Amino acid sequence: MPIKELFHKELKVINLGLPSFKESLDDVGTAAVQVDWKPPIEVAEESRKIIKAKMPQIERANKGAMDIILRGLPHLVGLERAIDVIPGMKPNMILHAGPPITWERMCGPLRGAVVGGIIYERKAETPAEAERLAASGEMKYAPCHEHNTVGPMAGVVTPSMPVFVLKNEEFGDHAYCTMNEGLGRVLRYGAYSEEVIDRLRWMERVLYPTLKRAVGKLGKIDLKHIIAQALHMGDEVHNRNRAATSLLHRILAPAIVKTCDDREAVAQVLEFIHGNDHFFLNLSMPACKVTLDAARDIPNSSIVVAMTRNGTDFGIQLSGTGGEWFTGPADVPDALFFPGFTRDDANPDIGDSSITETNGLGGFAIAASPAIVQFVGGSTADAIRYTRQMYEITVAENNVYQIPYLNFRGTPTGIDVIRVVEKNTLPFIDTGVAHKEPGIGQVGAGVLHASLEPFRKAFEGLAAKLKG
Amino acid sequence: LSIIPDANLALISVPGRYAADQAMKALRCELHVMLFSDNVPLEKEIELKNLAKEKGLLVMGPDCGTAIINGSPLGFANVVSRGEIGIVAASGTGLQEVSSIISNEGAGISQAIGTGGRDVKKDVGGIMFIEALKALAEDGDTKVIVLVSKPPDKEVLRSIWEVVEGVEKCVVSVFLGAEPKVSGMPSTLEEAALRAIALAKGENPEEVVKPVESREGKIRELAKQEAQKREEGQRYARGIFSGGTLATEAQVLLGEMVSDVYSNIPVGRASKLEDPLRSQKNTVVDLGDDQFTVGRPHPMIDYSLRKKRIREEARDPQTAVILLDIVLGYGANPDPAAELSQVIRQASKYVTVVCSITGTDQDPQNRRLMEKTLKDADVVVMPTNAAASRLAGYIVQCLGGE
Repeated sequence: MPIKELFHKELKVINLGLPSFKESLDDVGTAAVQVDWKPPIEVAEESRKIIKAKMPQIERANKGAMDIILRGLPHLVGLERAIDVIPGMKPNMILHAGPPITWERMCGPLRGAVVGGIIYERKAETPAEAERLAASGEMKYAPCHEHNTVGPMAGVVTPSMPVFVLKNEEFGDHAYCTMNEGLGRVLRYGAYSEEVIDRLRWMERVLYPTLKRAVGKLGKIDLKHIIAQALHMGDEVHNRNRAATSLLHRILAPAIVKTCDDREAVAQVLEFIHGNDHFFLNLSMPACKVTLDAARDIPNSSIVVAMTRNGTDFGIQLSGTGGEWFTGPADVPDALFFPGFTRDDANPDIGDSSITETNGLGGFAIAASPAIVQFVGGSTADAIRYTRQMYEITVAENNVYQIPYLNFRGTPTGIDVIRVVEKNTLPFIDTGVAHKEPGIGQVGAGVLHASLEPFRKAFEGLAAKLKG
Repeated sequence: LSIIPDANLALISVPGRYAADQAMKALRCELHVMLFSDNVPLEKEIELKNLAKEKGLLVMGPDCGTAIINGSPLGFANVVSRGEIGIVAASGTGLQEVSSIISNEGAGISQAIGTGGRDVKKDVGGIMFIEALKALAEDGDTKVIVLVSKPPDKEVLRSIWEVVEGVEKCVVSVFLGAEPKVSGMPSTLEEAALRAIALAKGENPEEVVKPVESREGKIRELAKQEAQKREEGQRYARGIFSGGTLATEAQVLLGEMVSDVYSNIPVGRASKLEDPLRSQKNTVVDLGDDQFTVGRPHPMIDYSLRKKRIREEARDPQTAVILLDIVLGYGANPDPAAELSQVIRQASKYVTVVCSITGTDQDPQNRRLMEKTLKDADVVVMPTNAAASRLAGYIVQCLGGE
């Protein structure tokens, strides 16, 4: 519109910057909207230039990556022992959550889980003995993520643990995850007392064969379908899995009854699943993993395919940068603490469960889950704001996972590291909080934004790759 | 930037290093831009303004503090009456002073367009100054156009004149400190405002300026009275300004009346201050200059630096008169009179404090209220910056401090 025409139009202003200027305009009744603006995350100017120049290629690659992610069809297809199915698993190997880490740098809860895992494997009898073995160099540690696996909180997987086997029916890749132990004192929060080990052994002895037979009878269970329904029922399948667990229970129950002669075992298994609202978490996580892994290694893509924490470091991987980890320090979540605990007790953020956010669920879908905001401390308005904000840093809206309150809008899916940097908006995660000392367990639940450092490094890492 | 689909102007005040990119985005969305941000690289400004010209859009700024479009205040602006006088200004407080005087004298503003000071320099070449001038020339609601600037680059000035010659409306230009003086061209912001009002009313502008000239006698008389109150050795004027253009006007006027004028932003006959923190003889210091504003709000908002400087000047046995500008309007300090009255009451025991108020009774601070509070604190409040500057000059003349 030419300048002279502007003089005869009603002025409508977009105010980018000082909010007081908008207030002045409000005062005189001029239409104005305030645009929240933050400077982008600081990255090397050189990297910014490379990325800018390569934008057409990057956008094309991301389109391809998103097509794969949205078409993914995660199914539960069976249960097996970790050593028998997880690629690269070895008898002396312990998988853990997050990016790679040495025993020396492991946080309390991860160390606790490793100790518990060693006792569970009967490689040691006492915690002290287990700790010596853990530090001896005999045990090999590797991230779950590097073995097609994910694990909540400490994420410890030992060779003889039973795992769910998932298959992406569209692309054929597999993912693995242990079964969820429930709340309270559990291995994934670094607890390793007798009750913890006893439960793990019961899971191996009773739960595993019972479920294995039931799933075998069913052939496969469509997890994408369950997750989509659960979102309509108030889950975001990270911190709240009550609806999804119930749906799963409904599918499993007849199959369990039909395939198990031991009525006591049937009762125990159904009660266990019924009594653990988080049972489905260990399926929603590998469902996301198996979906995202299909979109790995697409040259030029800036889409995040793994976002995870080991309680010390926060790390991410991009589709376009292969197996390279970009890490930074993990932060302590803002949490509501269980009675008797405070922020001082909290360990920095831990677990592979942020794979849900990476796939457009969890914190990204929190607007679908008003109940969870209350659990982590917040209002429904906060939840809606968080989800809306995530559309700014994602490439697509999910074609199956929807948010009823947002008029069934697809969840924000596909974190783009370039958008994260440009908008200076970090992914939002809602999560459980572990005690920083090993052996104590969960102390609260809360929310946090991902650490900044890994995203800055990933942006620069992608630029380096594009240049080379 | 797509929140209101029919938005037509982006007001941008994010830090300078990011501002140009945002402005570029706005232009691509066919939005006019007011770029309040400073520290925008020169080449970016040129790029923005060339694109805007091509698209027929307005880019006001960078470093454009004020504008009034369709009656809406953008950035730091006064609440003025609407009317038939359009302003193009490459100087922020110059625009505020001219528009306020016009409004206070009962006339009004059609549009007031700021361009940022760098627009009329050689590199930018007056791109937006000229585009804005052309737009006002074609605007049916604008009868008289006022051009306000510090002296533009010679080439740029020539281009401006070429356009002015083709304009069928009356154009009043004030280029503060321009040498040599052009006869018939106003030398103060006040004079430019009054001429514009006369032209808008269809009166002879020479007639209208007469009352100002006859006021001169009264100012002289007042100067004499004030001079008599001063002690032996008190002989210099110290201007402590928040508005850059007002500081320029003050030193131009003082420079014509007395010798030995110094400033941190010297214009005309003034010399450069050795140390901006310390006054020399007759001094006009602009506290809005970059060296004072790093890491703190502009002195039009934050008066702490000004209060400190007033105390220092009042203690200097050579100071006879302290000259101040008080700028009102949106964006400025919400109650400058209250901010200043205590420190001024103290200072005026030893020196004469003279000020002018740039603003209107419709401003959030209310000019009349400010004037009363300041007078109660023994400030001599003059109607305009030009009048205040001349009073300071006469006092110095009386005391022989020239």
